[in-house]
This record gives sequence, structure tokens and C-alpha cells, in this order.
Amino acid sequence: MSSEALQDAAPPESRRLTALAVGERARVALVLADDPISRRLIEVGFVPGAFIEVIASMWPAADPLAIRVGGSTFALRRHEAERIVIT
Amino acid sequence: MNAETAELRVAFVGLPNCGKTALFNRLTGSRQKVANYPGVTVERKEGVFAAPSGRRYRLLDLPGTYSLKPTTLDEAITRDVALGRVAQEPRPETIVLVADATHLPLSLRLALEVRRLGLPMVMVLNMSDVARRRGFAIDREALSRELGAPVIETVATRSGGADALIAELERLAVPTQPALVASAWQEPTAEDVTATHAEAARLLELSGYREPLRSRAVAVADRILMNPLSGMLILATLLFFVFQAVFSWAAWPMDLIDAGVTALAELVRGALPEGPLRSLLADGVIAGVGSVIVFLPQIVILFAFILALEDSGYLPRAAYLLDRVMGSVGLSGRAFIPLLSSFACAIPGIMATRTIPNLRDRIVTILVAPLMTCSARLPVYALLIAAFIPQREFGVFNLQGLVLFVLYFAGVASALLVAWVAKLIAGGQNNHLLMLELPDYQWPNWRNLALGLWEKTRVFLARAGGIILALMVLLWFLSTYPAPPVGATGAAIEYSFAGQLGKALAVVLAPIGFNWQIAIALIPGLAAREVAVGALGTVYALSGDEEAVTTALSSVIASEWGLPTGLALLAWYVFAPQCLATLAVVRRETNGWRYPLLMLVYLFALAYLAAFVTYRVTLAVAG
Repeated sequence: MSSEALQDAAPPESRRLTALAVGERARVALVLADDPISRRLIEVGFVPGAFIEVIASMWPAADPLAIRVGGSTFALRRHEAERIVIT
Repeated sequence: MNAETAELRVAFVGLPNCGKTALFNRLTGSRQKVANYPGVTVERKEGVFAAPSGRRYRLLDLPGTYSLKPTTLDEAITRDVALGRVAQEPRPETIVLVADATHLPLSLRLALEVRRLGLPMVMVLNMSDVARRRGFAIDREALSRELGAPVIETVATRSGGADALIAELERLAVPTQPALVASAWQEPTAEDVTATHAEAARLLELSGYREPLRSRAVAVADRILMNPLSGMLILATLLFFVFQAVFSWAAWPMDLIDAGVTALAELVRGALPEGPLRSLLADGVIAGVGSVIVFLPQIVILFAFILALEDSGYLPRAAYLLDRVMGSVGLSGRAFIPLLSSFACAIPGIMATRTIPNLRDRIVTILVAPLMTCSARLPVYALLIAAFIPQREFGVFNLQGLVLFVLYFAGVASALLVAWVAKLIAGGQNNHLLMLELPDYQWPNWRNLALGLWEKTRVFLARAGGIILALMVLLWFLSTYPAPPVGATGAAIEYSFAGQLGKALAVVLAPIGFNWQIAIALIPGLAAREVAVGALGTVYALSGDEEAVTTALSSVIASEWGLPTGLALLAWYVFAPQCLATLAVVRRETNGWRYPLLMLVYLFALAYLAAFVTYRVTLAVAG
């Protein structure tokens, strides 16, 4: 799913996980879209209220990212992280 | 069936990296059978063990999964076996849900899903010693009460660490409740996933589980190892070190084996009268198979590194580092692990591509997998490098190790290039799935390492004793008969079937510098690449005088071929399409002849081109 399509599905002012810098923390608000990728994100712990922290990001375009959630760490490509709305 | 002799079928289910395989190894030791599920190429790992009571258990290690709604073929197998939907695979009678006690939330959520399958279940908290050291004990009784299943602790890395599990299985031996009819099961919906998360959170609260804090040591290690600059440098250094080690550490055991093989051949020569039997044993069997077995130390060293890196938790981090590079040529970051396995052998690598959800990504990964230098090519490289590259040290670098590294690198670079071309031709979207868990670092478990190495050694020796031996005998026959006509002047082999065929092929191969002996060796190399080395051993043993037989093969070819031919053959083997087993697996994986044929044609074209360029350039430069 393109990021434009994701934009339509969420309130325009929503902050995404990709807005965080390395070392910043936030909480998950929701995961956009209903497809296998989003489903798997939910299954591995990106559920509303979960604390997340950006552990690392790869040069040059901060893609992929390493995210800490629920005591585990996952490497996500940017377009995957883009689906996660944070508060 | 008698209850005393009946085997209880137990399936292990768990997340990836939960210590499931370590526990499986603890229980079954080397009594394992690795094969495939019928019709699909998902690896099926089964082992048996007997409890102190004498009751026997048949353990099935199912592929790791996060949920029972699969996104890959592997995960689908786990679900289907648990539901009894796989042909010729009886439904397990008990499920052992293996959880990492230090990372409980996702395992517990999976347990709640698995519970709905209606099979008797035992939940195992593995690595409970680590959890204790971190200062929390899980209230197993509370967990067991809420879950409606026994919860026990194991330490797979310690001898006797699985005794509690054996005791529990003994207690469960007679299923107390009838299994839920599989047809009543329904795939979990998105709402179910959220609900099981909430339920798991409630149980965790009750059980006294504490979410692990990221330790300072791990944070520091990650900062260095996952840093774009230092991480890449360390990865490159590490791979370089591995290839150096493969060469320098293996030197003396290889000399030992080589000396043993030569001595054995001499013994046979001395003991038997001149005739076909002596020639078959000394030239066919010993010279042929021996020249392949000599590479066992290098293969063991390479696998020791791959297995240790796999165990340590470093590999997914390497995948993270390389994801960007992979993505830029249109591959999924997940392609890294199948491609890394392909360094051992393209077949498990191609089979591991099942973990790539996108079909186009998967096909491209399959097509480039044979460009990773598999261990069967190592004997060929090793022989040619020993023959043509001088043993010279540049500070810490060894020239032969350096050349080996360049060859491996050439394989990787061409794989990226081919993937990029595939992206240009087929087009492609950029939304590839990565979503890879980066597990905690841990010291490799020596027992698992030893078992893994034993398995690889066994497979290698079985190949040497089976298909390679058979091909050697066949090749010996083709190279010995028909006998030369009376009054012939050349070596006998030149008049044989193989000699005639080799000479016919040599016409095509002459532009790239290959002689008829190489042409002969390339044919049995189709069945297994390392056979090319054995074949050269046999060809030269049969065509040479007594002196050529007793000197090492590498010195023979060093004096027979020029440097351009040696380097051209090295370049040829970077692409070397000749491996029928790989093509057969590709056909099975892609359900047709289209991709295996495409693979065969493009690899042959690249091999010919690379050998041609190398030969011509070396000829022009070195004269």
C-alpha cells in the first residue's frame, strides 16, 4: 500500500512512528490498513498502548529502522513503520 | 496398539528464536531425521526419544511462527500439521508450546491461539535460568490455572534441563480429553488477535512476568554493530576473517588427509596385480573420492562459522545492515538469510526462500541463489587456488585467502547485478516485507553447534560415498574403455569414450582456454560440482605416468595448464550452472520448467562470458 493511500485512512494530523528519532519513545495509537503486513505488525505486538522506542536507523534514508516493542526488537522497513500511528 | 509400545506423537510449536530447536536437540540428540513434507519443500525435522519408563516419543519440530494465520509457506505447514491437514502426516497427539521465559508476551499470545486447536498442550518456559538471574520467577501455577494447560520450566542448554518436560509428557501419555474436531477450528480474525493480546497481558500481570529491560551491554553492542558505518565495517571484516580462516586453519588437516589418501592408493597399487580392478580402486575410487574428501576440513570450518553466527543472534542484524543494498536491487531484506544459507548449498537456500511472502521477490531470490558460492564449489576453488596462486603474505593478509574472498565477492556482486536486471525487466514495487526480529545476543550453544556440524559432515561424507563414488566409478569406466588400439602412441584415456567426448567438447571450450581434460571433468560436475575435482583426479591419474599419480593433483594441473586457463576455470565456477540437484529443486519450488531453464541458460551464458574475458585478458597481460 502506498503512503498516500495510508494518508487517506488516518486523520491528517496523525504522527507516525517514522517521525521519531533514534532514542525517542512513544506509544502506539493504531496500525493503519488491514492487510497481511499490518496484521503481522499487530501480531508481533504493535497494539494500541504499547510502548515503542527507536533503537537504530540505517543510513542514508533512515530505512530500515530497529524498533523496540514489548521487550522484543524488530527491524522494519520504512514503509512498514509508516503504518504505525503514535501518540 | 499396546499402550506400552505405542509412540506418542508430540509437536513442538513456538516463535522463531524461542530455543525450540535447542530443546528438541536436548531431547533427541543425534537421533533426528531431516526430510521434507510430501509435496512441499518445507523442512520436516523429526526425532525420537525414550523416557526412563521405556515409552517412546516421536517429536516433530514444526517451523517457528508468530500466529496460526500464516503469511509464509513455513507457517502454513505449522498450522496444517497441527490441524491434521497434511497428507501422510498424522495429527500430533500433544503440542508442546515452547516459550522463551525472558520474552513471554508473544509466546503467551500464540499459546492462547494454539489452545483453541483443542489438542492437549504443555507450555514450556525455556531459558528459565536466565529469567531467574534477571530477578523474576514466573508463577507457573497461576499461569497453568488460567491457561488450562500444564506449565513447566526447562533449560535446554543444560544436561537434564528437559527432565521436567519428559515427566510431564509421561503424565499426559494417555490423552485425557478427546481432541477437538479439526474442522471446528476457525482462523483467528484481527479482532481475535487484539483479544488474545489483551488476554496475554492479563495473564502476564498475574504471572509476575517482567518485561526485560534492554541491558546496557546489548545497547552498546547494538550501537556499534548496527551503526551504518562501524556495523558495515565489522560485517565486512568478519566475512573476510571467515574466508581467511577457511584457508589457513584447514591447511594441516587437509595435508594429513591428502597424505592418507596417497598412502592408501600406493598400498592398493602394491597389493593388487596390474589389471582393471587395481586401476578401478586406485584411479577411480581412491583418487576420485579422496580428492573430494580432502576438503572436509574447509567445509567444517565454514559451517562452524555460519552456525555460530546463526546461534549468536548476529545474522538478523546483518540482514538489517544489508537491507538497503538488497532493496536497491529489488530484493527483500528477508532474502539475506536464504542467500547466506546458499553459501553452504543452494538447495537449502532455495528452500529457505519460502519465508519470503512476495512471489516475485521469491523467484528472483531463487534465481540468484546459485551465484552464492556454495561449499561444493569450495573444493574446486581450493584446488585451483593452490595450483595457480602463490602462497604469499602481505602483512596479515594471505594472498590465497584474498583471492578466495574476491571469488566469493564476485558471486555476491553478480547476484546483485542479476537481481537489478530482473527488476528492470520485470518491473517491481518497492514495498517488500522486512519485519525481522532481532533477538538478544547469546553465546553459541556448543552442543547445538556440534550436532549441526555432525549433520553437515555426515551429509558431505554420504555424498562422497554415494553419488560421488558412483560417478567416479562410471567416469573411470568411460575413461578406461575402449582400450587404445594396438600401436597407439598417446595416453590410453585419449582413446576412451570420455576422451573422445572431451575432445569433441573441447572445440566449443577452446575459446575460453579449456582443454579436453577439463571438458571431461565438467560433465560429471553436472551432478555435483565438487565431482569436477575428483574427475580431474581420475583423468590425470589415468592419463599420467606413475610420477603424475603420486604428486598432488594441484601440482599436476599447475604444470599442465597455463595461468590463463586456471583463472578462466575459476571465473567459470563463479557462475557454474552445473548442478542438477539445484535445477530439480527450482523446478519443484516454482512448479514448472520455465525458471530452471531460465536459470540454466543465464548461468551458462555468464559462465562462458566470464571465463572468456578472464582467459583473454590474462593471456594478453601475462602472455
